[in-house]
Amino acid sequence: MKFSIVKNYKIFFAITITFLIIGFGSMLMKGFNLGIDFTGGSIMDLSFDKPVQVAQVRDVLKNHDLGNSIIQLESNDSNAKEAQGVLIRTGVINDEKRRAVMDDLKGQLGNFAIQRVENVGATVGGELIQQAVLAIVLSWFLMIAYITLRFEFKFAIAAIIALIIDVSVTLSYFSLFQMEMDSSFVAALLTVVGYSINGTIVIFDRIRENLKIHRRSESLSQMIDNSIWQTMGRSIYTVGTSLFAVVSIFLFGGETIRNFSFAMLVGFSSGAYTSTFLAGPLWLFLRGKKAGQ
Amino acid sequence: MRWNELGKFLVIALAIIGGFCVYISPLANSIKQGLDLQGGTHVVLQAVDTPDLKVDDDAVNRSVKIIERRVNELGLTEPVIQRQGKDRIIVELPGVKDPEKAIAMLGRTAMLQFKDMNGKVVMTGKDLKDARAQVSQGNQAVVGLEFSDEGGKKFADLTARNVGKQIAIVLDGEVLTAPVVQEAITGGRAQISGSRNVEEAEHLAILLRSGSLPVKIEVLENRTVGPTLGQDSKDKSVKAFLIGIAGVFVFMLLFYRLAGVVADIALLLYVMLLLLIMRYLGATLTLPGIAGIILSIGMAVDANVLIFERFKEEVKKGKTLRSAMDSGFSRAIITILDSNITTLMAAAVLFYLGTGPIKGFAVTLALGTLLSMFTAVTVTKFLMRFLVYSNITKSYFLFGARAPKPAEAKEVAK
Repeated sequence: MKFSIVKNYKIFFAITITFLIIGFGSMLMKGFNLGIDFTGGSIMDLSFDKPVQVAQVRDVLKNHDLGNSIIQLESNDSNAKEAQGVLIRTGVINDEKRRAVMDDLKGQLGNFAIQRVENVGATVGGELIQQAVLAIVLSWFLMIAYITLRFEFKFAIAAIIALIIDVSVTLSYFSLFQMEMDSSFVAALLTVVGYSINGTIVIFDRIRENLKIHRRSESLSQMIDNSIWQTMGRSIYTVGTSLFAVVSIFLFGGETIRNFSFAMLVGFSSGAYTSTFLAGPLWLFLRGKKAGQ
Repeated sequence: MRWNELGKFLVIALAIIGGFCVYISPLANSIKQGLDLQGGTHVVLQAVDTPDLKVDDDAVNRSVKIIERRVNELGLTEPVIQRQGKDRIIVELPGVKDPEKAIAMLGRTAMLQFKDMNGKVVMTGKDLKDARAQVSQGNQAVVGLEFSDEGGKKFADLTARNVGKQIAIVLDGEVLTAPVVQEAITGGRAQISGSRNVEEAEHLAILLRSGSLPVKIEVLENRTVGPTLGQDSKDKSVKAFLIGIAGVFVFMLLFYRLAGVVADIALLLYVMLLLLIMRYLGATLTLPGIAGIILSIGMAVDANVLIFERFKEEVKKGKTLRSAMDSGFSRAIITILDSNITTLMAAAVLFYLGTGPIKGFAVTLALGTLLSMFTAVTVTKFLMRFLVYSNITKSYFLFGARAPKPAEAKEVAK
């Protein structure tokens, strides 16, 4: 006798709800660490010819009323007093001012090479949030339409609830650990949506198939359990290969896409969990049947 | 053993493996690389209303033309200048050496005025025919102006009336030079001194000959990636790619044996075709795009996993190798279609609403999903058929399944 996922739905619902409470609590209390793509502002990642100190950089910034900017030295030694690599984050400034600041830095602290410079206006950030929300909600609607067409409406709703949980869990992690969110985070979220739905579809596809040969002697929840277990091999293998690929990007892909791959790592894991343990029982609930019936 | 079928399998397999080894690196390098990989500057400009000048469609179009001219005059390779929406212009300058100077030039109105002592505007940039950076006799960097016929007359008139007095050449309200007129200048030429070096004179000349912008343009957004960081990102993503694909390879081999070999060959073809199509479409490879490719490899094998798992189930039911293989494919295809179409929907939304690197990511994701259906289903099916029909082995184990125990088969068949 295999472990019944449907009969033990309470355990899985409880785990999910605990996660969501912690997540939403954190979102409310701590909020998000929004990068300049959302808030506007500028980042200057410079590599000076000669090592510089934070105080020196701050003095230059003070002349432009930017004394409260975040200045970080980029050094392997975290106690280093001076370093060649400096990362400066300021609030929203216009690009002319940023250029003036960088001219001054060059004039007073010597020549530097630009690693990365980003300057984003405040309005762009607001548009991005709007677009992101629109994109994700739009993708949900498209999927509801498609699944309703190919399966039925209740499957669609169960699948979308699973997706909403995946997106929420990913957001929760970013809030809890205050990881910076940039525009690529939106792409990562949509990939999570596009990917996690696969697992649910595969299980629902099996349920759809088994429904046709469903015998009276077998209860609906037994049938769902069988469907989940019949696809378990596939679920584990696919999650294995996809997560391996994501972990490889996370570990070796460099700093620039670390948060991007982390979002996918969290979202994919959540997706695997919700597809396997939640989607089936959810569908049963939507059909108005209790487990065991 | 049927050598004919085995021969077909080996020829195709070796062709794909050989092609991959030889072409993958030049192919990958021939795809256009995004600014985040090769370094460069991405600027979003916005046309804004001023009390005097309102932004309209024509003004933005003219601004695009002028900015295009400025960028082209800078001699940069493969710049992109695009209008975005109602009042925005996107400029991408790959590999630009001095991004700051370039950005400063893009958004400048560059309205040139010649004023007399009373501050009255006598001439404007429209009276110019050409402007070139030159080195004067005193070894000074200057900008040589050449006036149009009408401009030449105006300038002769201006200088004639102001001998012994100062005139001013003003750019965007800033006095460039204010010489005292020695004598009337009738040749239709003049010089602007005061540039610090030849490069500065060159930039000023470009601004003057490309004309002034009809509306005020502001830099809304600027993203610059230095060449070092770009190279670093490139190296790291190649490493992540190699490790990712190697892991997936080994995984398929371990779990599905001969069938895994077939899936791996299909995967090689998948990566090659994906890059080939990207190159053919002129798509840009960005950092998130590479992440998308690595990811799609993990997802591409999903189709194979679905097929092979289905095959295992059919074998368990007591079917022969051939018929289990056939029904494995035909049953799994429905699942694969449904799950991939939903992924395509997410990619379509991303493409529709995203910008820049995100769009690039959406393209790779969508292409990858479509292509993987072809390679993982069609190509794998062909190769598997050859292999199974060659009778090279009857071992279920080698095809990734467990040989059915007669009792178990009977039970399932009931």
